[in-house]
Amino acid sequence: MTTATDTVPPGFGEPDAEDLRQADLPPVMPIAITTLALIVSGGILVAAQYGRPAHLTVPTVLLGVAAALLLVNAVLIARIAAFAWPVFFRVLGWALLAYAVIAGILEYVFVYDHTPARLLMLFSGMLVLFAVDVPLMLSYSVARWQPLDAT
Amino acid sequence: MTDTALEPDVLDERPGDAVPSSTPPPGAGGHGPPPVPNFNIVPVRALPVVALVLVGLVVAIATDNLWALTFFHVAGGGLWTSLDLFLGLVLGPIMGSMTIPARIEFTTKFMPKMLLIMPTLVAMTLGAGFQLARHVGNLEASYPHHGWLVASMVIVGIMSVIALGLLEPANLAVLFELKKPRPNGERIGRLMKVFIYTAGITGVLQIATIVIMTFLASR
Repeated sequence: MTTATDTVPPGFGEPDAEDLRQADLPPVMPIAITTLALIVSGGILVAAQYGRPAHLTVPTVLLGVAAALLLVNAVLIARIAAFAWPVFFRVLGWALLAYAVIAGILEYVFVYDHTPARLLMLFSGMLVLFAVDVPLMLSYSVARWQPLDAT
Repeated sequence: MTDTALEPDVLDERPGDAVPSSTPPPGAGGHGPPPVPNFNIVPVRALPVVALVLVGLVVAIATDNLWALTFFHVAGGGLWTSLDLFLGLVLGPIMGSMTIPARIEFTTKFMPKMLLIMPTLVAMTLGAGFQLARHVGNLEASYPHHGWLVASMVIVGIMSVIALGLLEPANLAVLFELKKPRPNGERIGRLMKVFIYTAGITGVLQIATIVIMTFLASR
């Protein structure tokens, strides 16, 4: 991605304060992506059984593990000492709103389709985790690169 | 994309998109960094359009209208695929050959729009697609080509994880980085590469989905 017209000024490539802070941050993104992958896998497993008696053991286990990972991530984030918290909460708030709308539309589809109660509970749980996990990823990935005093 | 660090002196003078006269133009031998145009991270004026599309989607689902469901699914999927492929395979290489100021200006105008367009297209395609499959009976386990449908779900699942776990966070992080008084050019470059490459990967996966969907539609 470089071209002949790129002039590299002095100081290029030198780590700034945000770069130096990265080593102290917990592995939030890999955990969050794993959480999302578990939620999606559970959803596919359930959807693949549509129209016949569904075996919900594996999707339920996936949902439980995803919930546990999300909780771990929340604790890990809460324990970060030096973090751009105002930016984190600002992005988190708006992202939660946006993904609540998306999850709400999907929930509406399941309710509209008269999804059986047990399946609906499972789907609803997945949607709740989805609507929290994605905003968490978005807000963390923004705040991690922001100066501590950023608002 | 932007393979150079940006210095604060010019970047402080952002309002009005103007290039400060004291800054030597890129390629003119100076080391002055390019300015970052003023921009909104979320293009607020486009929100009513997004709302309109989502309301249309809900109405299509609520009325179980076959044409509306097909329209939202096909139009959304086609645009999603085209945008991903165009971004990863056409626009990405072009951006790589642009000057740094041009890349920054393009990024500040393009990325906020993508922040609204992509999630809207994904919601359209998947929401209408699920309902359409249920409506025409493709979702039933007894459907003869059910395995293909499950395969497409797996591909879409992988795409969703890539898009939501890598692409969207990179997109948002770039925009916030560009809003800083001192944006880090090298970081923006790293994040933009993640954005472009993941868009390309999802575009290629989309082709697999289209192959499956057209196969199912022709049965």
